[in-house]
Amino acid sequence: MTDLTNSPAAGVPRPKHGTLLTQDARTAKRNAAEKRFQMYGMIAIGIGLLMLLVLVFTIVRNGAGAFQQTFITLDVQLLEDKLDKNGNRDIEEISKVSTFGYSPLISQALEDKIASANVQTELSGKQLGDILSKSAAATLRDFVLQNPELIGTSVSFEFLASSRVDGYLKGRVTRDSIANDKNISVEQLDVVDQLVESGSIKKTFNLSFITGADASDQRPESAGIGVAMVGSLFMMLVVLALALPIGVAASIYLEEFAPKNWITDIIEVNISNLAAVPSIVFGILGLAVFINYMHLPMSAPLVGGLVLTLMTLPTIIISTRASLKAVPPSIRDAALGVGASKMQSVFHHVLPLAAPGILTGTIIGLAQALGETAPLLLIGMVGFIASNAPDSVASGLLSPNSAMPAQIYEWAKRADPAFYERAWGGIIILLLFLITMNTVAVILRRRFERRW
Amino acid sequence: MSFAKMTVSGLAIVAMSATVAAARDQVQVAGSSTVLPYASIVAEAFGENFDFPTPVVESGGSSAGLKRFCEGVGENTIDIANASRKIKDSEIEACAAAGVTDIIEVRIGYDGIVFASDINGNVFAFTPVQWYKALSDKVVVDGELVANPYNTWAEVDSSLPDQPIQAFIPGTKHGTREVFEDNVILAGCEESGDFEVIKAANGDDKKAAEKACISLRTDGKSVDIDGDYTETLARIESNRDGIGVFGLAFYENNTDKLQVATMSGIEPTTETISTGEYPVSRPLFFYVKKAHIGVIPGLKEYAEFFVADEVAGPDGPLAEYGLVADPELATTQEAVANEETMGSNS
Repeated sequence: MTDLTNSPAAGVPRPKHGTLLTQDARTAKRNAAEKRFQMYGMIAIGIGLLMLLVLVFTIVRNGAGAFQQTFITLDVQLLEDKLDKNGNRDIEEISKVSTFGYSPLISQALEDKIASANVQTELSGKQLGDILSKSAAATLRDFVLQNPELIGTSVSFEFLASSRVDGYLKGRVTRDSIANDKNISVEQLDVVDQLVESGSIKKTFNLSFITGADASDQRPESAGIGVAMVGSLFMMLVVLALALPIGVAASIYLEEFAPKNWITDIIEVNISNLAAVPSIVFGILGLAVFINYMHLPMSAPLVGGLVLTLMTLPTIIISTRASLKAVPPSIRDAALGVGASKMQSVFHHVLPLAAPGILTGTIIGLAQALGETAPLLLIGMVGFIASNAPDSVASGLLSPNSAMPAQIYEWAKRADPAFYERAWGGIIILLLFLITMNTVAVILRRRFERRW
Repeated sequence: MSFAKMTVSGLAIVAMSATVAAARDQVQVAGSSTVLPYASIVAEAFGENFDFPTPVVESGGSSAGLKRFCEGVGENTIDIANASRKIKDSEIEACAAAGVTDIIEVRIGYDGIVFASDINGNVFAFTPVQWYKALSDKVVVDGELVANPYNTWAEVDSSLPDQPIQAFIPGTKHGTREVFEDNVILAGCEESGDFEVIKAANGDDKKAAEKACISLRTDGKSVDIDGDYTETLARIESNRDGIGVFGLAFYENNTDKLQVATMSGIEPTTETISTGEYPVSRPLFFYVKKAHIGVIPGLKEYAEFFVADEVAGPDGPLAEYGLVADPELATTQEAVANEETMGSNS
C-alpha cells in the first residue's frame, strides 16, 4: 500500500489498478491485443472462405458446360440395300456392316436437312459432316442393331454435334479463335447459325455425361463419367466389405481384449504410422502383391478396392478405437457385474454405443478413398478405358474400369480443350458425392452419438 | 457374430474372384503418350465394330511402356506397347531375358514434331543450328568450346526476335526427346561445324562427341517436361516467352492458343511431313507380343484393324486427327497378317 502514501494527488487517491468503470493503460493494452487477435482469426477465416468461394466459383463456371450438350436432329433413311443387302433381317449379317457403312446415310440425312431448311451454303459432303460428332455412325449402328425391324424406314434421330460446334454454342469457340483451326471453318459455323435458327440444332441437358463411358480423343462430345462412376462404386463396395469388418475386429481386439505389452505397443505405433504413409506407396504394394504375385487382373476395380482398403484401414482402426475408448468403463463394469461374459459386454453394450462413431469414421475413410488417384495410376486404372457399363457383379469387379478421380485426371491431360470442360464437370460430380457422404457422416454423429 | 460373418464373406469374395480372374478377355495396351490418342481412337472403333471388348490403353511414355512390355509373358503383363521411337537393342535383350522373344513390330505412320509458342507472342522461323546453339550445354564461340553464353534468341541469331530463351522440351522418358536430340540438336551441331571441334576435343571419339552435342544446358533455360503436352501448354500459358515441343496433332487441336514455328523455312503440315520436306518427324510404332496371340482374344484383330486402310490410311480417322499416313502401309498389313516377328525377315 505504499502507493497510497506516495500518491502525488491530494484528496481522493487514484488507485493504480483500473476499476471496472475506468481502464488503466495495461488493461486497455491487453484488451486491444485480444481484439487484434480476434481480428486475425476473422481475417484467417475470411481468407479461407474467399478461397473456397473462388474454388467453387471456378469449378462451377468451368464445369457447368459439361452438363449441356448440343444435338442436331436429323431424319435418317435406313436404306435396306445399304444395311441389309439380303433383306432377311439376320442380325449377324446386319452387324457385319461397320460404322463406316453408316456414315453415308448420315451425311445424306444432313444434306436433306440443309436443303429442307433452306440453308445457304457452298459446303458439301464431308465438310458438312464435320459439324456432326464422329460418334454419330456408332450411335446409329447401335440403334439399328437393337431395332432391325426399322430398316427401310425413316427415323428421326438426335445426333451429337461435334465438340467445336458445341463449343461455339457455349461460347468457348469463337469465330476469331478458329482462324488456324483445321477442324472447323467459318463457313461451317454459318451453316450452324442457320440450323440453330431453324431449330434443328439445340442445346439440351446432357444425360449421357452422367451415364456414359469415356470416348477417344476425336469425339470429346460423347465422353461421360458414368462408367467410371460404376468403377468407383465397385471399389467402394470392396473397401466397405473388407475394411469395415477387418478394421472393427482389429480395434475391438486391441482395445478390449489384447494384453498391454510391447507387442501391442509396436502394433499401435505402426497403425498410426500407416495412416500417414503416402497413398502412392500402397499403389506400388498393390502392383507387386495383387497383380504380379497374386495374378489378379490389371485395371480391375477389385484390385483398386484392395489397394484402397489397405489405405483406409488405419483411418478406420484409429477412429473405431477412439469411439470404443469413449464408451465409459462403467458400462462394461455393469455388464460384467450382472454376469455377462467379456464378449457379451462388448457386442451387446459397448459396440452399439460406439457404432455411430465407427460409422462416421468409416464414411470419412470411404470419402478419402473415393477421391484417391495416385495408387490407381500404378495398377492400370488410369488411361483410355471405355468399357461399357458392367452387366454383372463379377464383371463389375473384374473387367477393366476407371474411377472418377482417375477419369478426371485422364481428361485433364488430353489435347482437345473440350475434354477440359468435362474434367471440371467430373469434379462437380465427384464433389457432390463427397459432400453427400460427409453430410451423412455429420448427421449420423449428430443424431446418434451419445456423450458422457 | 455378424461382423465375423462379414469378414469371412468378404475374404470369400476375394478368394472366389481370384479364381474367376484366370482369363483376361480384353487387350491391354500401354506406352507412348503420343500414340495414345491414335490408339484410343482405334480401340474405340474396335470396340464398336467387333464383338471383342474395348481394349484398355494406358499412357506413361514409350520407355515406360516398353519396360512393362518386357516384364514377361502372361496375362498379368501387357500385350502391346505403343512407342514413338524404335525399340532399342537393349530393350530387345531385356525382353528376351524375361522370355519375350517373339515381338511383332508395327509401324502405324509418322508424326511431326513442331515448335510452338504463345499465339500472341513473336513469330519464329527456326533452323536446327539455332536450337543447338540456344540449348546445348557447350557451344563453340570463336573456335573455343565454352559454356553456353546465349540468353536471348536474338543473341543466337540476329534474325530471331529479342526474346529470352525458354524452351520446354520432352523429358527423357519420352520417345519425342530422342527424335528432338537426333533431328534437331545433333543435326544443328553437325551443320554448324561445331561437331568437328567437339570431336577433336574428345580425342576423335565420335560417340563421345555426339553425346557432348546433345547434352543440354542445365541453367533453367531448357526445362524437361515429364508429363504430357498439356503440361507443356500450361507452362507456355504461364510463361509467355516459352517455346514448347509438341506433336503435330496436339498443336492442331490447340491452334487457338499456340502458333507454330517453321523449321528451315518449312511449315509443319501432314503434307510437308509425308513428303519428308519438314525435317523433324518420326515414325510411330506399336509392338505386339506374339506369344499372346491366340491367348488374349482380339489381339491379332486389333493389330490388323489398327493398320487397315480404313483406319490408318490417308483418309482414315487417324490421318484426320494428325497422323501422317505411312506410304508403305500395305507391307505393314501383310507383316501383321503373317505375324512376322522382328529379325525373322530383315
